[in-house]
Amino acid sequence: MSTAPAQTWIVMAVRRLGNAGVFLLTALGGMKCSFFHAGETMRQIYYIGARSLVIIMMSGFFVGLVMTLQTYDTLNRFGAGDSVSTVLGLALFKELGPVLTAILFAGRAGTAVAAEIGLMRATEQIDALDLMGIDPIERIVQPRLLAGFIAVPILTLVFNFMALLGGVFFAIGMMGIDPLTFWGNMQNSIGLWEDFGTGMLKAVAFGVIASWLAVYFGWTAKPTSEGVAKATTHTVIATAISVLLLDFVLSALML
Amino acid sequence: MKSSNQVEIAAGIFLLLGIAALIFLAVEATDSGGVKTGETYEVNAYFTNVGGLKPKAPVAMAGVTLGRVASIELDQESLEARVVMKIDSRFDDLPSDTSASVLTSGILGDQYIGLEPGGAPDPLADGDRILLTNSAVVLEQLIGRYLFNSDEGSE
Repeated sequence: MSTAPAQTWIVMAVRRLGNAGVFLLTALGGMKCSFFHAGETMRQIYYIGARSLVIIMMSGFFVGLVMTLQTYDTLNRFGAGDSVSTVLGLALFKELGPVLTAILFAGRAGTAVAAEIGLMRATEQIDALDLMGIDPIERIVQPRLLAGFIAVPILTLVFNFMALLGGVFFAIGMMGIDPLTFWGNMQNSIGLWEDFGTGMLKAVAFGVIASWLAVYFGWTAKPTSEGVAKATTHTVIATAISVLLLDFVLSALML
Repeated sequence: MKSSNQVEIAAGIFLLLGIAALIFLAVEATDSGGVKTGETYEVNAYFTNVGGLKPKAPVAMAGVTLGRVASIELDQESLEARVVMKIDSRFDDLPSDTSASVLTSGILGDQYIGLEPGGAPDPLADGDRILLTNSAVVLEQLIGRYLFNSDEGSE
């Protein structure tokens, strides 16, 4: 008896995944280059990218601060406090920056996108666009997808920068580590491509995942207030889980 | 509601911010860029063994960083390691008989070059060679020597 519900659950999950994949390919396949689309994409970059700057910058700064505090304290017990910049840089560029940015992005912008599209569906704005002969995928989905693809790597860069600022503030400003040693150790041990580059590659992948899931859950939301609420919840849960899972897979592949 | 113009300007600023952060992080925090130092002069020294010394390691006197290691290469004739150091021009009055040693900061720390001042009146100039050098202490050799000596003592 217990296998039957399990089977349907698996079939449902696979079907939903396939549905989401088809949705993404349809949206990307119908991508057209035009002046109007560029303008709309820029507006979306502002709404989901630039408006997320405050949370990303604040979180980045404090993550860098506490990372440096903890790492410095631990390394100092082995008399290797000077290596704090190496640990900070590697952990930040390869893991913390991309992952935390993607999860914060899902919470700040992914939910907004899902709720917006879900409400458009609930208030029949999407049907209205369809009736007017405007392709809603082209008008609504594509700019938000593209904006997400562009915004997440940029937000990751800003997050990394702010975290590094936090680290510099604590290590150089408060603990008095020699700035030359701090930057020198960092430049010695962090490779442009093998460390920084792979981290940014992750950020791009997470950007695709986060914006895809947000748009998908909004698009497929049931046209009720409960449906919209579920869509935003699912966006955060699915993005967090798939980002962390993908992070493990990508890290294993890139090492 | 903001006008569409302002929104696009803000989005443009956001993109520029991303590019600025990219350039800063790539140049300042990875191995692509050089350490920004002011005027420097170069001195070189020959060591029989540099151990784990790496380029860009600090060069310090009395614990204060004066410069960086610019390059380490094997000298084909003497089969010794030739270490070129870039020293900040503010410290241009180091005695010419200064000695250099490869030291380790802490047990697990990185290796660096420690300079010991001599007493000669004329200063080190650009391109000069530091004649007095102490090579790195290699832990395995030290342990080997210790074990060998204690074996002899017990017999």
